[in-house]
Amino acid sequence: MSPTRMSYREALRAALREAMQRDPRVFLMGEDVGRYGGTYAVSKGLLEEFGAERIRDTPLSELAFVGAGIGAALGGMRPIVEVMTVNFSLLALDQIVNTAAALRHMSGGQFSVPLVIRMATGAGRQLAAQHSHSLENWYAHIPGIRVLAPATIEDARAMLWPALRDPDPVVIFEHAQLYNLEEDLPAHWESNADISHARVRRNGTDLSLLAWGGCLGKALEAAALLEGEGISAEVIDLRVLRPLDMDTVLASVRRTHRAVVVDEGWRSGSLAGELLARIAEESFYDLDAAPARVCSQEVPIPYAKHLEDAALPQVPMIAAAARRVAGRDA
Amino acid sequence: MLELRLPSLGADMDEGKLLEWKVRPGEHVVRGQVMCVVDTAKAAVDVEIWQDGTVAELRVQPGETVPVGTILATLLAPGESAAAPPPPAPVTAPPAAARAPRRRISPAARKRAEELGVAVDDIPGSGPDGAVTLQDVELAAAGAMAPAAAPRPAPAASPAAAPLPAPVAPPATTPAAVPDHQAEMRRAIAAAMSRSKREIPHYYLALTVPLARASAWLRDHNARRPVTERLLMAALLLKSVALACRRFPEFNGFWRDETFVPAAAVHAGVAISLRRGGLVAPALHDADGKPLDQVMRELSDLVQRARAGSLRSSELLEPTITVTNLGDAGADVVHAVIYPPQVAIVGFGAVAPRPWVDEDGELRAVPTVIASLAADHRVSDGHRGALFLAEIRDLLQHPESL
Repeated sequence: MSPTRMSYREALRAALREAMQRDPRVFLMGEDVGRYGGTYAVSKGLLEEFGAERIRDTPLSELAFVGAGIGAALGGMRPIVEVMTVNFSLLALDQIVNTAAALRHMSGGQFSVPLVIRMATGAGRQLAAQHSHSLENWYAHIPGIRVLAPATIEDARAMLWPALRDPDPVVIFEHAQLYNLEEDLPAHWESNADISHARVRRNGTDLSLLAWGGCLGKALEAAALLEGEGISAEVIDLRVLRPLDMDTVLASVRRTHRAVVVDEGWRSGSLAGELLARIAEESFYDLDAAPARVCSQEVPIPYAKHLEDAALPQVPMIAAAARRVAGRDA
Repeated sequence: MLELRLPSLGADMDEGKLLEWKVRPGEHVVRGQVMCVVDTAKAAVDVEIWQDGTVAELRVQPGETVPVGTILATLLAPGESAAAPPPPAPVTAPPAAARAPRRRISPAARKRAEELGVAVDDIPGSGPDGAVTLQDVELAAAGAMAPAAAPRPAPAASPAAAPLPAPVAPPATTPAAVPDHQAEMRRAIAAAMSRSKREIPHYYLALTVPLARASAWLRDHNARRPVTERLLMAALLLKSVALACRRFPEFNGFWRDETFVPAAAVHAGVAISLRRGGLVAPALHDADGKPLDQVMRELSDLVQRARAGSLRSSELLEPTITVTNLGDAGADVVHAVIYPPQVAIVGFGAVAPRPWVDEDGELRAVPTVIASLAADHRVSDGHRGALFLAEIRDLLQHPESL
């Protein structure tokens, strides 16, 4: 089989189609997923193919339709709920945190919630402060759910099916900047992808760059830039934000002795902070320099293009942090 | 509060010794006034103040040697109240060590130093904020040059490394330990070379190699290239030695446990003298299998990084034979000392036009170089050594196939 070139959006759609075809219990619901084809056009054409029973447009109430998804999951279905963006998911936090994540525990193991929630996340499209959040870490904080961040075409294509087979809620973050990304889908992708481990996307020896979702590409670009300066950066794609695959992260840091985390979230209370804390806790004596993080500026994300760019982690900032940590910024 | 810092009185000045104060606490000074006299490596120099003020505290005592950037004295700016700072301790400043900030040593470096039995306090730091890094420790342990140098005895048992005075420099200034680094390197060179001369029965051979073809080829090759891509004769010489090692494996490897262990690859150690003194001989890995352009690039890169102090430990620990090129300094012939546990070192003197009798019996001025070999007689004999040098000579007659 030769590799197929496709966009991130097409890969997500192909994954949805596969899931609908393989399991009659699977259905998709959310705002504008049907007749409009999805805000990011991920579900375009699916209404015609699978009908209104299985591709369901919902009213504008995240609280209600996420709750309905939980109910359907409890009732034996395998719902995929699309929340337009993480910004609006705040309206459904009670359902996700207090119900979906806690029900197995609260029922003494009698009920589980096999629900998949997909949502777009991230900034970079001039959508201003209310539509540019990167709140992955809010969800990564909650025991009882699994949080995925596909950053490649392969993961966009391959993560949905195993997420549906997880007996507990899974939240999938799709960075809005990635939908138009085009790559070859490797010939050997598996529809039963591993959704537990991070991956090394580039090997290196001088430091470990940890990134996920929308920042993976920036980290890889920074690594290529650094290579020209004689700094060999390893790039780890976390892929799974909860539970964190610290084995892969720590193995890398123990090789390179230096770590830089790239996180589009705000620094205070960030997932980057959690990663650095664990690295310090578990690999302190392997560190050859204080680890660093490149996060978004602690401001509401600006609308103006140049200000928005300045507020987000960018390749030069990542490279600068790496040079500093590598002791090469002189 | 104004500060008088030890200025750099020349590009090569790292530290200075305070000889004498010309002012006293409480004294009013004016711009241009000589504050003190500092001894640099070259001369005693008067240090002036560039602002008016009142001397508050003299922080460094005559006789003390401090790094460039160290605060020598503090002064009150005109109008600044003397009462603002805590009553300035009179001339009897507390001992410098009491004020020295905690040395920055990375956790990994500290752990590694313990494993290797290296005293971290003696190692200069090259990391962020002057921190001692893993590489600094490994460099120090590798003796900065000797490949796989004999492991240091027990932790803390390095009486040679006399305790050095704690640095008094504020953390942001030039790492205080630079001179100590040199001392450390000198000690390492001393140890490796003493061991070499003590243990290795050297024999020496030399051969004059005509370079007419190589020079012409190089000129022609470089004429078509931008300056940055030009080859130097050094790359040809290095490559020829590496290639010769393929046919003469007894010069490429290590003497370990009373026996010769040939190396599987040719990692040519390149002797590089450092601007501050001392030398390192990092490996150019697999030099025999790389095209000349790549050898040249890596050679420049090694020299640059050796001088910047950013070599990798693999480069320091893995050379299988060393090549030393002292032609630039004008020497005609090198009688080199083998780096243990290696078993051979090839030296090149100056490439210069010299009288040469051609194959047809004509006397001509031809560029030549004297290639010399110092080899370990436990491993090889002079006959093979002579053939090894002849192989290098022959390879250099066909530069296009190097």
